[in-house]
Amino acid sequence: MNNELLTGDLIRLTAEDPQIYAETFSRWGRDSEYTRLLDNDPARMPSITKTKEWFEKFSEKEQVNETFFLVRSLEGNTLIGFVGLFGIEWNHGDAWVGIGIGDRQYWGKGYGTDAMRVILRYAFTELNLHRITLGVFEYNSRAIRSYEKAGFIIEGRFRQQLHREGRHWDEIMMGILREEWMENEK
Amino acid sequence: MSDMMEIQTPLFEGQLICLAPIDHDKDPEIESQWTHDSEFMRMLSTEPMRPLSPAQVKKKYEAIEKDLEESKNLFYFTIRLRADDHLLGFARLYWVEWTNGAGMLKLGIGSRTDRGHGYGSEALRLMLRYAFTELNLHRLSATIPEYNPVALHVFAKAGFVEEVRRRQAINRDGRRWDLIHVGILREEWLARLA
Repeated sequence: MNNELLTGDLIRLTAEDPQIYAETFSRWGRDSEYTRLLDNDPARMPSITKTKEWFEKFSEKEQVNETFFLVRSLEGNTLIGFVGLFGIEWNHGDAWVGIGIGDRQYWGKGYGTDAMRVILRYAFTELNLHRITLGVFEYNSRAIRSYEKAGFIIEGRFRQQLHREGRHWDEIMMGILREEWMENEK
Repeated sequence: MSDMMEIQTPLFEGQLICLAPIDHDKDPEIESQWTHDSEFMRMLSTEPMRPLSPAQVKKKYEAIEKDLEESKNLFYFTIRLRADDHLLGFARLYWVEWTNGAGMLKLGIGSRTDRGHGYGSEALRLMLRYAFTELNLHRLSATIPEYNPVALHVFAKAGFVEEVRRRQAINRDGRRWDLIHVGILREEWLARLA
């Protein structure tokens, strides 16, 4: 049995207190390139105070259909991003994965891919899910490459789902089944 | 002259059916019966089917009204027979993203005897017109399980195209099924009207 479930090659998953969460998320939220790669909602910048309030409320309730982690680099122990599973449908064994590397210094170096590998292992061998779904914007080529490396397969596109910078963009949908993940791990 | 004609054409009235508000007194008992119909519930949603009492349905309606007031991303209508105003089903636009011009659509005709008469197709036609010419959305999306060929056909007839197939996303009755996302763009809808 693997007893280093939360640790990958470059990163580890952690749970942290609201103040830490609030300060880093608010800082990353001021980088509009990051928020526009991540989110289909219009970019806005929540304050540290508001972010902390939100996170405290979120942490109070026991989350049944989500599981959320922060991501720290093994070397240097830097808080670099987050990863989580959302909208878990336990009866079907399906969930959405969301990931963001907020610290630009860690873009394009395999940290995101490593965090994705760790969350997939958690999803398939601890939560015993059957498949994981994700959506990614067509202009986010770095992420698309990372997800393909992690084993995701393109399942279609929401055409012209996003409207930014005066034009429409597709949202690409990807999925991975547990049997595919297990095959890749061999 | 033609612009005024279009403004005069009712948004909420079809030939046989109309879109209408919830009737909090009469509707809960009828909708409670639908929730006991596992065929209906499994066609409609991937959530585990659960029958609701009229009181629980009434509470659900109250939550919808609250959401309608607060969120501004939800438009919820009942579908009623024009002849006698009786409740046939519901239709809703939800998760509306205003900056992207995108929204999700769901509708259902609750009673088995009310299906197969074209009420769903008519309601879908009204919802598309509402979404594209009153809400000014750019695209609409709907999710349909692969075991619901009637819905796939109704949406395809209305101009929706299969966009995404989430493989094995549904586990029901001891086997796996795909969940299909269909979508339609406003330009496609306009082209069909021409």
